Formats: sequence, C-alpha cells, structure tokens
Amino acid sequence: MAEAPAKAAGTQVLSVENLEAWYGESHILHGINFNVNAGEVVTLLGRNGAGKTTTLKSVMGIIGKRTGSIRFNNEDITRAASDKIARMGVAFCPEERGIFASLDVRENLLLPPIVRPGGLSLDQIFELFPNLKERLNSQGTKLSGGEQQMLAIARILRTGARFLMLDEPTEGLAPVIIQQIGHTIARLKSEGFTILLVEQNFRFASTVADRYYIVEHGKVIDGFANADLQANMDKLHTYLGV
Amino acid sequence: MQALYAQLLVGLINGSFYALLSLGLAVIFGMLNIINFAHGALYMMGAFCAYFLLHLTGLGYWPALIIAPIVVGIFGMILERTMLQWLTGLDHLYGLLLTFGIALIVQGVFQNYFGSSGLPYAIPDELKGGMNLGFMFLPIYRGWVVVFSLIVCIATWYLIEKTRLGANLRAATENPTLVRAFGINVPRMITLTYGLGVGLAALAGVLSAPINQVRPLMGADLIIVVFAVVVIGGMGSIMGSIITGFALGVIEGLTKYFYPEASNTVVFVLMVLVLLVKPTGLTGRAA
Repeated sequence: MAEAPAKAAGTQVLSVENLEAWYGESHILHGINFNVNAGEVVTLLGRNGAGKTTTLKSVMGIIGKRTGSIRFNNEDITRAASDKIARMGVAFCPEERGIFASLDVRENLLLPPIVRPGGLSLDQIFELFPNLKERLNSQGTKLSGGEQQMLAIARILRTGARFLMLDEPTEGLAPVIIQQIGHTIARLKSEGFTILLVEQNFRFASTVADRYYIVEHGKVIDGFANADLQANMDKLHTYLGV
Repeated sequence: MQALYAQLLVGLINGSFYALLSLGLAVIFGMLNIINFAHGALYMMGAFCAYFLLHLTGLGYWPALIIAPIVVGIFGMILERTMLQWLTGLDHLYGLLLTFGIALIVQGVFQNYFGSSGLPYAIPDELKGGMNLGFMFLPIYRGWVVVFSLIVCIATWYLIEKTRLGANLRAATENPTLVRAFGINVPRMITLTYGLGVGLAALAGVLSAPINQVRPLMGADLIIVVFAVVVIGGMGSIMGSIITGFALGVIEGLTKYFYPEASNTVVFVLMVLVLLVKPTGLTGRAA
C-alpha cells in the first residue's frame, strides 16, 4: 500500500449497488447505492433505524441475508464470509465498540490479526492514543467510554487494513474526546486511509467528511459533497429532523 | 489414619478425572454453547484407543498418552464438522439430545463388541510399585495420575488465559461475530476447541485405563458425577472447573472415610445446595 493518497484518489475502493439486507424476517435495506473512492472520508447520515449500521454490517459480511452487489477493490464480496472480507483489508469498528471483557487492553489491542503490511506500529498507536499505553494491563471494559472508543479504533489500525468503517465513533462521548477522535480521523485521512463513517452528529461529520449520503428507510435518497453542505442545510434538517 | 490417607488419595485421583473432564466441558461450553453429553463416551474411547494401540500395534502406555487424545480429538472434530456445527443458534435442548444420542450410539457399538465387563490394561513398568511415605503407602501410578493431571490442567489454563491463542478463544466466546469480522477463522477455531476438549477427555481415559480397566460404560458412570461437578463449579470458568474438580474428589474421599453411606450422594447434595444459593455455580457467569 505504497501509493500516495492524492494520486490514488478517484479509484473506487467500495461500490455498493442495489444492496438489500434482512435481519431474520425483517427486510432492512431496500436498495442501497453508494461508492467510496480511495483516500476519501464518506459519511452516511440518517435517522435512527434508517439502515446505516446495517449497511456497514452488510459490507463486513455479518448480516445473514444480503443481495445486490458489494465490490471492494473491484472484487465481489457480496457473499463472502466476514473473515475473508477482513483479510482483504476491510476493518470495522462497531457502534457498541466491541471491547472484550475477558481480555485486558493489550490483548484487545493485539486481537485483530495483521492482514497486510503497512499497519501502524504500537508506538504510533500510543502516540495517537497515549491513554491506552498507561492502561495496557487493565481489563478492557474497565476503561472509560472514550478510552474504549480509542481502543476500538486503535486495534484496527494495527492490521494494515486501509479501508476503515467507523460506526458512530462519537456517540455518547464528551466534546474533548470527540475532538480527539476528529483529529485522529483527519490524521488517518492525511495518511491515505479510506474511511466510511456513520454519524448522527453531522456537525462532527462536517469537520472530517468529503462527501455525504443520506440514508432513509433502507435506501440512499441523496448525496452531496462537503463543499455543498451549506447549500443543502435546509434539506439536511428535513432529512434528519433536527 | 492409614485409611483416611488412602481415601484422600482415591479422592485426589477421582478429582483428577473430574478436573480433566469438567475442564473440557467448560471449554466446549464456552465456545460452542453445547453441553457435551458425549464427553463420557469420548473418555471411554480414549481408554479403548490405548487398549487397541497396545494389542493391535504393540504401542504401549507412553505413546498412547499422546496418540489416543489426538485420534479421539480428530474423531471429535469430525463430529463437530458433520453434526454439532448445525446446532448453532438452536436451543440447548437440541445439543443435549444430539450429544446424548451420540454417546448412546458410541457406547452401544463398543458394548456390542466388548460386552460390559472390563478389559485389563497394565500399569507401565516405569510406574509400577509403590513408595512408603511414612504415613502411608503410595502406589506410584496413582501419584503419577494426580501430578500429571494437575500439570495438564494448569497447562490448559495457561493456554487459555495467558496466550495469544487463548485471547482469541476468549474473545470468540464473548462475541464470535466480531472476532470473525477481524479476520479470524472462527468456525475453524470452534472445531479445534472441540477437538481440544475431547482430547482432554481421551487423555483422562488413557490415565484411567490401568486403574479402572477399559469398559464401554466407564464414561457413562463417571460423567453423571462430572456434570454435577460442572454445575457446582459453574460453566464459565477454567480455573473454577479445575479447582472444583479436585476439591469435590477430595470431599468425596473424605466422605467415604467419615460417613461412607453418603459418599455416592455427597456431590449431588452439594450440587443442590449450590444451586439453591448460587444458581450460576461457584465461579460461573450467567449463561
């Protein structure tokens, strides 16, 4: 993964077409279409229950039934198993953070295997998140909410995956921590990571995102670039009901 | 006094088998969420495997100690791949029925060919004889079973609680979906875990062969007590199942000395008491 981020921009990393997905009997996604280009931060916005998280989970391969087409680096991953998708370089940071109670911080950090070279070293991770270094031997779930979120992001940066999916990384956190996570995302972007973000907090999203898609009732109903955010503000308020 | 020590030793030996078996059950339950009623039959298969190795190939006790757990472990992994894996997400009852059925079939097949009486299996030459400890006479083989079981239990505990592999296992026990989404092949890990638990049962079977003879129903008799041990210790904890296994063996031994009439029921009485006070078991987490 040596290509410079700016040069690589424009090549499509992820393309999702007509994605439909089901949780058991309930039909959640009714045809999702969007794409993410290399080096971009793309944000999915939408109300609770619109299908944003399900979209990320479908890309990750952890929703039981899905149809349509999901292509990652031009390979079809629509029906691939999630461990295979991860090994292709997709990393996922779930909304509930997924910190393991029976593992200490170090074990949580080292859990995801290296899938390709070029991931952050432990030193680089501690530089981004100094708190983690001091708490390496604590039980994972004894960390504060903010620290758990940092740990959840930190552990996928080690793996060498260059495409990150972050599900509401700022949910329930204090403003100062949200700021730190914003800096982290900006820094990752400058280092060429491609990021698909799910956010309710579009004020936060606007500090990092290149483009937005609006998800409603399991469909993508609109999309615009960050530059057009102001022009779309009225629409956005209607969509999000804020 | 001699009799007390003798019963303590018997208790420790039974405790060794309880610990090895309940440890395997705990590991399997953690990963597969299956209460493995086939465990006793697999323990018996370990003993028979040692017997076959000796009589068909001439390989004695020491090779059997390694080969039998591997052979029976592979048999277990085939069971997991072909049958148990389809139980994912179903009620515990289905796992119980399936593994209990497997146990009946395996035991039935062995009974058909070998009857119900025991086949002798000799103590290896290196471990024959005994030692006078001053306060009691210690048959060397029995001392070996206790020490070796303890070492295997602690090694298993170390593997699960202190190594990288064990961290993967613990994480997959908590949230298999997420662990898989990190790129870890969880289904393969589940198969290997079942193989490990089954291998521990087979190892206990080999250890038991020279003491208890090799019988098709040797596991069926033992496993009922082992399940009581597991209920008392709690399903979740590795160290918990080791300690409870040894402790209950000793308690049983002491009961044999002080009040022999109760020695067959003491474990079950304790189980009822523990269930009344702490339904998840002494060290268990809620299932």
